[in-house]
Amino acid sequence: MSSKATIVTEPDIIFGKLTLDVIPFTDPVILPVMIACMLGGIGLFALITKMGKWGYLWNEWLTSVDHKRIGVMYIIVAIVMLVRGFSDALMMRAQQAFATADEVGAGFLPPEHYDQIFTAHGTIMIFFVAMPLVIGLMNVVVPLQIGARDVAFPFLNSLSFWLFVVGALLVNISLFVGEFAATGWLAYPPLSGIEYSPWVGVDYWLWALQISGIGTLLTGVNFFVTIMKMRAPGMRLMQMPVFTWTSLCANILIVISFPILTVTITLLTLDRYIGTHFFTNDLGGNQMMYVNLIWAWGHPEVYILILPAFGVFSEVTATFSRKRLFGYTSLIWATLVIMVLSFVVWLHHFFTMGSGASVNAFFGIATMIISVPTGVKIFNWLFTMYKGRVEFSASMWWTISFLFTFTIGGMTGVMLAIPAADFVLHNSLFLIAHFHNVIIGGAVFGYFAGLTYWFPKATGFMLDEKLGKISCALWTVGFFVAFMPLYILGFNGMTRRLNYYDNPEWTMLLWVAAFGAIIVLAGITVQLWMGYVSIRDRDQNRDLTGDPWNGRTLEWATSSPPPFYNFAKMPKIHDRDEHQYKKDHGMAYEVPENYTPIHMPKNTWCGIVMSGFALMMGFAMVWHIWWMAIVGFVGIFASLIIYSFERDKDYYVQVDVIEPLEEAHLVHANPTGLRAMQDKKSSLEA
Amino acid sequence: MQELVEFMRIYQMIKNVLKCILVLLPTLFLSGCNLALFDPKGPVAEEAKSLIIISVALMLIIIIPVLMMIVYFPYKYRKGNKNAEYKPNWEHSTKIEIVVWTVPTLIVIALSYVTYVTSHSLDPRKPLGDADNQLVIQVVAMDWKWLFIYPEQGIATVNEISIPVDRPVEFRITSDTVMNSFFIPRLGSQIYAMAGMENRLHLMASEPGTFRGVSANYSGFGFSGMKFKVHATDQQGFDAWVAKVKASPKILDSETLPQLQQKTKDHPVEYFSTVDGQQFEQLIEKYSGAQNVE
Repeated sequence: MSSKATIVTEPDIIFGKLTLDVIPFTDPVILPVMIACMLGGIGLFALITKMGKWGYLWNEWLTSVDHKRIGVMYIIVAIVMLVRGFSDALMMRAQQAFATADEVGAGFLPPEHYDQIFTAHGTIMIFFVAMPLVIGLMNVVVPLQIGARDVAFPFLNSLSFWLFVVGALLVNISLFVGEFAATGWLAYPPLSGIEYSPWVGVDYWLWALQISGIGTLLTGVNFFVTIMKMRAPGMRLMQMPVFTWTSLCANILIVISFPILTVTITLLTLDRYIGTHFFTNDLGGNQMMYVNLIWAWGHPEVYILILPAFGVFSEVTATFSRKRLFGYTSLIWATLVIMVLSFVVWLHHFFTMGSGASVNAFFGIATMIISVPTGVKIFNWLFTMYKGRVEFSASMWWTISFLFTFTIGGMTGVMLAIPAADFVLHNSLFLIAHFHNVIIGGAVFGYFAGLTYWFPKATGFMLDEKLGKISCALWTVGFFVAFMPLYILGFNGMTRRLNYYDNPEWTMLLWVAAFGAIIVLAGITVQLWMGYVSIRDRDQNRDLTGDPWNGRTLEWATSSPPPFYNFAKMPKIHDRDEHQYKKDHGMAYEVPENYTPIHMPKNTWCGIVMSGFALMMGFAMVWHIWWMAIVGFVGIFASLIIYSFERDKDYYVQVDVIEPLEEAHLVHANPTGLRAMQDKKSSLEA
Repeated sequence: MQELVEFMRIYQMIKNVLKCILVLLPTLFLSGCNLALFDPKGPVAEEAKSLIIISVALMLIIIIPVLMMIVYFPYKYRKGNKNAEYKPNWEHSTKIEIVVWTVPTLIVIALSYVTYVTSHSLDPRKPLGDADNQLVIQVVAMDWKWLFIYPEQGIATVNEISIPVDRPVEFRITSDTVMNSFFIPRLGSQIYAMAGMENRLHLMASEPGTFRGVSANYSGFGFSGMKFKVHATDQQGFDAWVAKVKASPKILDSETLPQLQQKTKDHPVEYFSTVDGQQFEQLIEKYSGAQNVE
């Protein structure tokens, strides 16, 4: 992502368009980052080698099909990408704070570099931070909540994860080899077409999104089937925990909307690679078609991000209010209504394209109607706290901060939904403030609440609560300081994506916004510190019972971390808050008389190897290295065919493996029950 | 019964806060006076401003009670408050459900009415007043500058326009490059400029002054410099400005147009005394008619 960018070279048969010129050796911003990343990479490699952990890493993690481990890996990659995406945000805030000037050249980033940064920021934050956080949480939690032993298609899950990693890698490679797109995160043609962007940036964008998007689609199929088919006996749909419900809706949205993205990107790819004219200016190309298609995917996408966050808040609020969730049925119906309506509002992203008044009014009103079920959800959470015993844990802090922030974001959203108001607010910083208000204050706070809440379940020890609360406070204050000025700047006519501006009235507020970003930086730093402290002090913070929060749903019935088979005995479901029900009726942690072998999938090399070939193909396509693209393409399918001939894909976990694992949990969760059972058994033997 | 008493108390509290806000709101808007969108200089922007204020006011009816409940409920029902009632299995109330579904629905119905009406009254395509009296300006987004053609006056400019106060203006907007958005914040609505197509936008200035115009839709590396000045003056001022443009030695024809089509950043203001032929129509035809060329 150099400021030189924009290099167009003649393709060579061996190296394609790749030359040494495309590596930004001389760029003062990129070079230090490149050196730091290389040193960091070498250091990490050396450390793993020295500790002799390659075998462990390969056998236990990289080839794992265990949904919990895949979930953890998603979240780790998301956190790394969050740091990357947030650095972009800091650079943008700094650039705009400094760049009051009449002419190009103000600030420290030329437009050629700055424009890549805002494109990368949007792309990374949505596709490689928010999405993996959602999917990571779903991976860790959903099978546990429905009492399943894994997802429906464990290998597919591994493949999904690694395809997502390929996308993330391509975006990061673009930082050091060539450049990233400078088109805005949705790459509207004709700007993203070959005529106006002849360099490789858009190609990185295309292949990163295409490959990771296919991974996401596979995840959608996988979780849809898992939730529909693999629930524990007795769990009816209207007994599913709310997070599972919202995940189900999010996955239905993925299955319906991601094919649109795949096709749209394919058409743009054809435009760029073989000279078709789907979206070009001339020869019948229609740019408006692209904008419609990309938002027909893009609007459901924002609900894919937010619905699971709503699920998290539902779980957290009920648990920490020590009370059943208020209005479960209406909350589920509200979610379903949002799911359906999210497909009929896409045009509100471009009222200013010039559709007729009635068309605009239809999409505006449809958008407002969504605010009704969303508002109902807010009331549901409020009335869950009402007459409860609210405990202010860190995840509850995130939830209350969310309620406050998101309500304001919802209001500005409805303002933007009125076409005639949107005509003056569209593409302004008001819009930027709005969607950060709902994505940070809605989705991201939800993920953080979820991470705090389920961290002990995934790892077996707790996150530091005090640092969690400090980071929540910093994020909340930082958010308001960073984005309230942008609302005002939007009212003052400042539009988005400006590299410099000649209106000194804006400067002051942009400095305030930059200061807000620094407060958020402090919040992120505290979070990273919290991770470190929690891991360091893990022995003092062990969760031995598996139920550290006095939780209500099934995932708290097993140990923390759960054994790889999740549940030794398939639970039978009596109630929506199954674990609470069992605790209330003295049925929790029942000690079974005997165990039976459990059928489990084996780990597989195939997901990571296929994705390795996909990375090769993606990179080769970006640089027009045709031979390498062919090798990659053939490799993907060859691996799949070889894998399909393998017979040794599953096995039975024997009782002598299960018994000690279960006893290690029960000795803490139900010591009396365990002792009684042991006595009974030994007396029988005698 | 106890519930009712408590609701009454909350209701009273909400009413008091609402009163305070009703007093504060005008002062807030007064202080926001020099913000572009709250200091409109034409009827379209004026209507947009009142639309924004009305919609916010309508939503505050529900937003303020909600924000207060967000603070009050967790505080009142905090773990340490043993005086508060605790009903761990209370999960349903038809009364509350009816209220939380109906109140937002009613507000959305009101907003929908406002939306429908203003979508039509502020339709960018709808002429303001007498269609015969309006000034036509053809607008072309280029890399990275705005070309304006006054067909009636036979002149063209780059990055500067002048309009007479109180005379409706019809902008006919297209692009000779990627998508842009034509936007003069103090006059009101924006609309996309797209190649091969003509979008229309009707605006009017009701006060003299110089206003900023921009491209609101990112269009490439020179995007930030793609701005223009709008001089709204009385008729004499406008005539004087036209005369000034007409005094320019440059003309816009098939030789000068390609120069403008070069990619430039921070392009200076330019005047063209004459426009040779149908430049605007040809620029649209170039893209939209291209599929029929062969």
